[in-house]
Amino acid sequence: MGLYRSHVLICGGTGCVSSGSLEVLEALKKGLAEKGMDKEILVVSTGCHGMCEMGPIVVVYPEGTFYCRVTAADVPELIEEHLYKGRVVERLIYKGEGKASDVPHYTEIPFYKKQHRIALRNCGYINPDSIDEYIARDGYAALVKALTEMTPEAVIEEVKTSGLRGRGGGGFPTGLKWSFCARSAGDKKYVICNADEGDPGAFMDRSLLEGDPHAVVEGMLLGAYAMGANEGYIYCRAEYPLAIKRLKRTIEQATEYGLLGEHILGTDFSFELHIKEGAGAFVCGEETALMASIEGRRGMPRPRPPFPANKGLWGKPSNINNVETWANVPSIIRNGGEWYAAMGTEKSKGTKVFALTGKVNHTGLVEVPMGTTIREIVFEIGGGILNGKKFKAVQIGGPSGGCLTKDHLDIPISYESLSQVGAIMGSGGLVVMDEDNCMVDVAKFFLEFTQAESCGKCPPCREGTKKMLDILTRICAGKGKPEDLEALEYLGTMIKETSLCGLGQTAPNPVLTTLRYFRDEYEAHINEKRCPAGACTELTRFIIDADKCIGCTKCARVCPADAITGAVKQPHVIDQDKCVKCGACAEACPVKAIDRR
Amino acid sequence: MQAIDLTINGKKIAAEPGMTILQAARKGGIHIPTLCEHPAIPIAGACRVCLVEVENSPKLLTACSSPVAPGMVVHTHSPRVLAARKAVVELILIRHPLDCFSCSSNGKCELQDVAYELGIKASPFTDEGDTCRDYALEDANPFYVRDMNKCILCGRCIRACDSLARYHAIDFQNRGIRTMVHPPVGKDLEHSDCTFCGQCVQLCPVGALSEKASTGQGRPWELKSVKTTCSYCGVGCELNVQVNTRTGRIANVTTDYLSPTAVNEGRCCVKGRFAWQYVHSDDRLTRPLIKENGAFREAEWAEALSLVAGRMTAIKEDFGPDAIGFFSSARCTNEENYLLQRLAREVVGTNNVDHCAHL
Ligand SMILES: Cc1cc2nc3c(=O)[nH]c(=O)nc-3n(C[C@H](O)[C@H](O)[C@H](O)COP(=O)(O)O)c2cc1C
Ligand code: SF4
Ligand code: SF4
Ligand code: SF4
Ligand code: SF4
Ligand code: SF4
Ligand code: SF4
Ligand code: FES
Ligand code: FES
Repeated sequence: MGLYRSHVLICGGTGCVSSGSLEVLEALKKGLAEKGMDKEILVVSTGCHGMCEMGPIVVVYPEGTFYCRVTAADVPELIEEHLYKGRVVERLIYKGEGKASDVPHYTEIPFYKKQHRIALRNCGYINPDSIDEYIARDGYAALVKALTEMTPEAVIEEVKTSGLRGRGGGGFPTGLKWSFCARSAGDKKYVICNADEGDPGAFMDRSLLEGDPHAVVEGMLLGAYAMGANEGYIYCRAEYPLAIKRLKRTIEQATEYGLLGEHILGTDFSFELHIKEGAGAFVCGEETALMASIEGRRGMPRPRPPFPANKGLWGKPSNINNVETWANVPSIIRNGGEWYAAMGTEKSKGTKVFALTGKVNHTGLVEVPMGTTIREIVFEIGGGILNGKKFKAVQIGGPSGGCLTKDHLDIPISYESLSQVGAIMGSGGLVVMDEDNCMVDVAKFFLEFTQAESCGKCPPCREGTKKMLDILTRICAGKGKPEDLEALEYLGTMIKETSLCGLGQTAPNPVLTTLRYFRDEYEAHINEKRCPAGACTELTRFIIDADKCIGCTKCARVCPADAITGAVKQPHVIDQDKCVKCGACAEACPVKAIDRR
Repeated sequence: MQAIDLTINGKKIAAEPGMTILQAARKGGIHIPTLCEHPAIPIAGACRVCLVEVENSPKLLTACSSPVAPGMVVHTHSPRVLAARKAVVELILIRHPLDCFSCSSNGKCELQDVAYELGIKASPFTDEGDTCRDYALEDANPFYVRDMNKCILCGRCIRACDSLARYHAIDFQNRGIRTMVHPPVGKDLEHSDCTFCGQCVQLCPVGALSEKASTGQGRPWELKSVKTTCSYCGVGCELNVQVNTRTGRIANVTTDYLSPTAVNEGRCCVKGRFAWQYVHSDDRLTRPLIKENGAFREAEWAEALSLVAGRMTAIKEDFGPDAIGFFSSARCTNEENYLLQRLAREVVGTNNVDHCAHL
């Protein structure tokens, strides 16, 4: 690599590419070449910075100036002002809480300040297509250390010491799982990376694979060495084409560098890595279904035992870990288990990546130490609720998780604390809701997803989740019966108790937690035929306040259903049978005489 | 091998290593209801009715898939188990048609048995529009009818086809509530890899798969099982012909997957299982016929056999043994063919022996 006075990092993650970062990249390269500055300034396409919603993201180093929503049209000014004259382009910089003139360094931005990036350490810093950049950031140092200085047992010990637990949702201690597979008899073993990421709204694994694919591969190499496996699979959903492209390139480069293949680094350790594209069924993320899918069978879970460590892929001992789990391993081996275990809570160590979405000011990927409170994530990193509304709930753990309330804001996040209150860590989805969200509707949304994704194998999940959805649907439509709540509780409890796999065992969680914490909302729907949040259209009424109405006729003119009648300068009336609840009248009324109830 | 001692419902049981809780319970004479399990096929753990409580295990375990361990304490009918089992059956019944009156499965239906055992009349969760599903009856082939409205998706047919018949003709399709069993997308059974061997039909625990020819031929409790050997081919499959004791006619043919005497280990082909109607055919030969002056007349076995023996001896004397040829059939058993060639070589003295497969 040559010497450059400045580095311009342009995000090449899926989010920013879709908001136009490739055009910005082209414009920058062209602009710099035209000015003859391409020898002094290096342009690098990186992985996701986690702030996709503000993309395309451009960061200029060494200053660390963080620009957002940059378009190709902004590039000439960026080159002229910042790169040539050294003056920050104020209108493009990220506006945090501070004054714009503060020009905080990347890491001083509140969104990043509270974060602690281990899994995401290279995402947004390096060009994921370059193995050299990965190596320059200590990449593959852990592999060299393990192969030359450590026995396989020592590697497992180190992972055990770190306290790392599975980031795919279950939270099973990774080192312990590895020791089972290592102990299992057999000369053929597999390691598998679970990159199915089926939770709606989750994108941490995709960002990791797109932003730092070598870390995942290095993690798998370390695991394979520790457990005595010589073949591995990355099971990645086909909807992640960029991740798959980068992974293929990663495998090519690593093979070229002698880091994959026969006799790695001249040792007896050999490892072959394949990519398997999955058709994107949620249930294929469940480990036994995933292995069935790799084998070419329909992805359906089976009972355990036998566990994968004894009988996994093609009946051979196998170990399966999540993308983020694997990505943490190189840092653990490089820095030692104790270093990792120094972060987090007593039983949940290290950091966790969350996908923060919903009604917060800053959505995106955040990596925080375990033990961080929900309040810190929502209000400090996320910058609080959108449009100054009131926080109502946070749904943690995706469709398997639960809805927590303001009373839980100060819970330090850990596997234990979340499950105590009915939620789960899951893969790290964190959806924030405000007063406009109807909790019955939210529960219904998640159940719609799980019941459609149920593999159909076992009756509780297949029939039970559909029945729960039927009941929620009728509650939202104002046709709920008082005994419905009891039925939901009974079905939910029994589905959890009797389902075969994690999908069914957790699918009722969103319903059960909202029933527990927001029961009054359910009761309002059923007993008063009223949606307190005003979100369930079938329960919504638009009513004209006769005292306020000035008879301007605006509402009657915008109504698509001809539901409004009234003479000029006389109070108007809405025919509830005709109204389709579009809300156009309420918006059109100049005196706000129309109420939504 | 050292026995594994465990306790089921307070009873000490010595299980063999590798046994499941279900197998151990059966060994000890303890009944655990099942729907998706069948000893002839691999375990699926799908139906969830065999859930049992095992002390020190926070979750209920499926007895069919959980291996026994020394010192295990199992409860198969504790209040927690019964509540869970009841819920599972209530859920299965949400969309199951209550059609037992004229269902071919009535009386041998495993779903009926479990519901009976738990005292369930109908699912409390069935809403209007839930009762029946809208699958069309599939009966284009002459052998069996598929009524997917009655299917409980236990997957036994699929596993039977995969592991016994080995045709992989059917599999689950779709997800969630629309899950169903079918040949590969876009194919009907008649154009799939299905050979109509009927393993799936026999293993179906309910009335979703039923033999066409058996319709109306008798209720399960009217049938008497007669063990016999298939008369179609030399494989010699052991079959159990189910004869209606009232009418004396065959209702259907089954096989015994656990029979220690069966060479076919319960498998058979389309002919053995479904092509038994000839037994009751008016055209069937039941007595020997002798042709005289161009016309057949019925005869006794003794007369017919002595006629054959007499003619053979005469031909041999007049033209020598090689003037006679013996023609056997691949449909005969090895033993029968063996005896025939001994008759040819030792009694008649010719090597002119052949069989139908040369035709
Ligand atoms: C329905 C279902 C979906 C799952 N989806 C995923 C997934 O997309 N990614 C993942 O890593 N784990 C998923 N899991 C968890 C896996 O079964 C498995 O526990 C995990 O991959 C193990 O890796 P870990 O120990 O590193 O977490 C899913 C589990 C269930 C029950
Ligand atoms: S719980 Fe749902 S997804 Fe899991 S095996 Fe049963 S039906 Fe399939
Ligand atoms: S909500 Fe829409 S349909 Fe209803 S009265 Fe207003 S404008 Fe008409
Ligand atoms: S399959 Fe069983 S439960 Fe269903 S209708 Fe037939 S006999 Fe009754
Ligand atoms: S009849 Fe035989 S081949 Fe056809 S689906 Fe059933 S088991 Fe398979
Ligand atoms: S057809 Fe019968 S055997 Fe096959 S899945 Fe349905 S109920 Fe089970
Ligand atoms: S293979 Fe078929 S014809 Fe031959 S004996 Fe068996 S069932 Fe009869
Ligand atoms: S894709 Fe650019 S910040 Fe996420
Ligand atoms: S018999 Fe055990 S799950 Fe069906």
